[in-house]
Amino acid sequence: MQWINHELYIAPIDAYIDPIKPVDKAIITHGHADHARPGHQKVLASRQTIDIMKIRYGEKSATSFQSMEFGKPLRINDVTITLHPAGHILGSAQISIEYRGQRVVVTGDYKTIPDSSAQAFEIIKCDLFVTEATFGLPIFQHPSPHNEINNLLKSISEQPKRTHLIGVYSLGKAQRVISLLREAGYDHPIFIHGALEKLCDYYSSEGINLGLLRKALVQDKETMKGAVVMAPPSALRDRWSRRLMDPIICQASGWMTIKQRAKRSGVELPLIISDHADWNELTSTIDSTEADTIWVTHGREDALVHWCKLNGKNAEPLRLQGRDEELEI
Amino acid sequence: MKRFSQLLVTLILKTSRNDKISVLSEYFKYTPDPDRGYALGALTGTLSIPGIKPSLLRTLVAERIDQELFNLSYDYVGDLAETVSLIWPDTAPYKEKLPSITEFISKMEGTPRAKLSALISSFLDNANSNERWAMIKFATGGLRVGVSARLAKTALAAYSGCLLEDIEKVWHGLTPPYIGLFEWLDGKTGIPKIQHTRTFHPMMLANPLNTEQDFDRLDPNDFQAEWKWDGIRVQAVFDESSKQLYSRTGDDISRAFPDIVGELNGKAVLDGELLVGDNFKALPFNQLQQRLNRKSPTKTHLKDYPAFIRVYDMLFYNDDDIRDLPLKIRRQKLEDWMKRVKNSRLDISEILDFDSWSRLAELRTEKADTLGHEGVMIKDLQSRYSPGRPKGPWFKWKRDPKFLDGVMMYAQRGHGRRSSFYSDYTFGIWRGNELVPVGKAYSGFTDEELVMLDKWVRGNTLNRFGPVREVRKELVVELAFDSAHASSRHKSGIALRFPRINRIRWDKPAQEADTTETITSIM
Repeated sequence: MQWINHELYIAPIDAYIDPIKPVDKAIITHGHADHARPGHQKVLASRQTIDIMKIRYGEKSATSFQSMEFGKPLRINDVTITLHPAGHILGSAQISIEYRGQRVVVTGDYKTIPDSSAQAFEIIKCDLFVTEATFGLPIFQHPSPHNEINNLLKSISEQPKRTHLIGVYSLGKAQRVISLLREAGYDHPIFIHGALEKLCDYYSSEGINLGLLRKALVQDKETMKGAVVMAPPSALRDRWSRRLMDPIICQASGWMTIKQRAKRSGVELPLIISDHADWNELTSTIDSTEADTIWVTHGREDALVHWCKLNGKNAEPLRLQGRDEELEI
Repeated sequence: MKRFSQLLVTLILKTSRNDKISVLSEYFKYTPDPDRGYALGALTGTLSIPGIKPSLLRTLVAERIDQELFNLSYDYVGDLAETVSLIWPDTAPYKEKLPSITEFISKMEGTPRAKLSALISSFLDNANSNERWAMIKFATGGLRVGVSARLAKTALAAYSGCLLEDIEKVWHGLTPPYIGLFEWLDGKTGIPKIQHTRTFHPMMLANPLNTEQDFDRLDPNDFQAEWKWDGIRVQAVFDESSKQLYSRTGDDISRAFPDIVGELNGKAVLDGELLVGDNFKALPFNQLQQRLNRKSPTKTHLKDYPAFIRVYDMLFYNDDDIRDLPLKIRRQKLEDWMKRVKNSRLDISEILDFDSWSRLAELRTEKADTLGHEGVMIKDLQSRYSPGRPKGPWFKWKRDPKFLDGVMMYAQRGHGRRSSFYSDYTFGIWRGNELVPVGKAYSGFTDEELVMLDKWVRGNTLNRFGPVREVRKELVVELAFDSAHASSRHKSGIALRFPRINRIRWDKPAQEADTTETITSIM
């Protein structure tokens, strides 16, 4: 495949997928900061990804934006580009590129299990599949998120006087955990850190049911007794959290699988809720695409490349720069 | 095992001491015998069952998972129990009930070696990942869940209302599953009887002196001072028929020191420092090291490094428990006993003559090098002998550390909380153009510095040897140490006592690190 290289540069149309540095033409998979950056000339992405980029970086964060609907092909010269849902966060897309009878699919980040706060992942058959590998080790087998939410609800009912402070990334994870709580029947107001507000508003405006949300800032300690508070992980042990009553520190992340890691981050109640595919999802998705060449981007590339080779597929690690290796976003 | 695994998961994640105590108290209160006693044994490290070896676990995993995938996972997680518990395939169509702790132990004990792997596999197949983790930890020993024996005993005191000090007093005379202990804690019987001359008694420890605060409020007339010897703390427990020597942690080290044990006469429990040398003249610690970590000494060792104890306290005088008497009286009784009972390998610790703290400060520096001790001990004359590290009665005042600049040569993974970090480092100094290892250090840095050091190691690796990485010889670290001695065990010919990282010299070029000559000159 001469026309796409390891930097995910598509030569015939002179465009990059998720470039780290400003470029002329960028195709963006989703709104997280290690994929969507400000400063490009032309940005092609799903409508919601563009909305999110504008919320986070401003209306002028690219010279021009062009939005695409899922499943509607766009032809540029001899190249056909189609976006398919990646199931990672709202608006997240896999990019399918067809050229001279070959199809390449670049996943960005993805998960295949159902999530009512994101469009459902679709399998796209292809020749070259470019997959993420955030949780690309067989130790990562995420439990059902409903199970994790039940653990949280159980902890809330057992310790009704303490505040449950949940560390969540402000885009995607926050809204997913809130909507999971709502699906489980939790109907109290949920208190959110200021950093989460705009994106929660946006999700609500897109029809995701987040129920009643309140600012965590203006509440007094009494109100916060027994409440659920969401904040970015960085705020958990910051001065910000001192206003809370003896909080139980929770964190919703796939990394919480590893107990020593949870302990090291001072997390008392780990919630293994991930927006990335676990090992079984990664390997079964690779199989389902029927691709015979696999490129593995950011994460634990080595193990997934090894697995591909064991299973008779060509595989290479890309070692993309700039993807934050330890941060799940 | 279900309840026990929940307990371990909760304990490892709780950071507050009070939370841990309350979780443990609940467990001890509501778990039946003998399960709770075995759990207590596992938590305090006193339980010994025919365990499983890491190699058996690796074999079992190799039958199920590709070797390379396992290695990459293990390298990422850093902890064998956690890796195996997470990677174990969850394939059992339906799960049988897990055994209780007691059933687990009896099945392990009743299964012949050849069938042990099948038994373990079936346990792991029927468990979820947390339960697998708990069972592996339980069966391989060493739980590392952030609970010290002291904390477990504190929880026993909390749930029962008995005194921690009373629990400590009988603790070492009891064994799992601690039926008698729990009967007493539950208020059904009196305190269990133990044989005091067959049992280790927890030691009293000193706190470091805060020279800026403590001297102002303490009256030198209330205190006695002694040299702080650089040996190992021991307790001699003996009567006519049984003679034992215990380390500070209660390990029986009698077999390593037949020269002392064979010469113990009378009936007493004594506290002192074990040293080597002729005529009670102590040799440096690295000479004593020749006698440590050996099951039994050779004739040459006994001749070249004869061991003795410098006794400084007495816990039992014949059959009398004198721990609640003031130090002043205990010391009189010790002197009296030493005069009456002949013991060729016991020497009484010298009491220093001083009338002011400044005089003691002079003594401390004057004699540090000539006598080879590591500072002074200061003890309240009225102090009872209370196990643990009570604040106030006893202080240690070590001599000031020395420093050297070393270059990091190798780094090794840590354990437990540090299992995914390279946290144990070997440092070298220059001999001509060659760097030679001078010591290892794994403390003295903050958590933030550890993250930076770990990152540096990963980014500057030259070679990997199992858990050890050889790194670029570029990072300089200032090491603090108590003293340096000649040593044939290190390539540099120098051994450091208590090396620790004082600060990281990110700015300093490796060429400017110290040389063997400069260190030899301060030995």
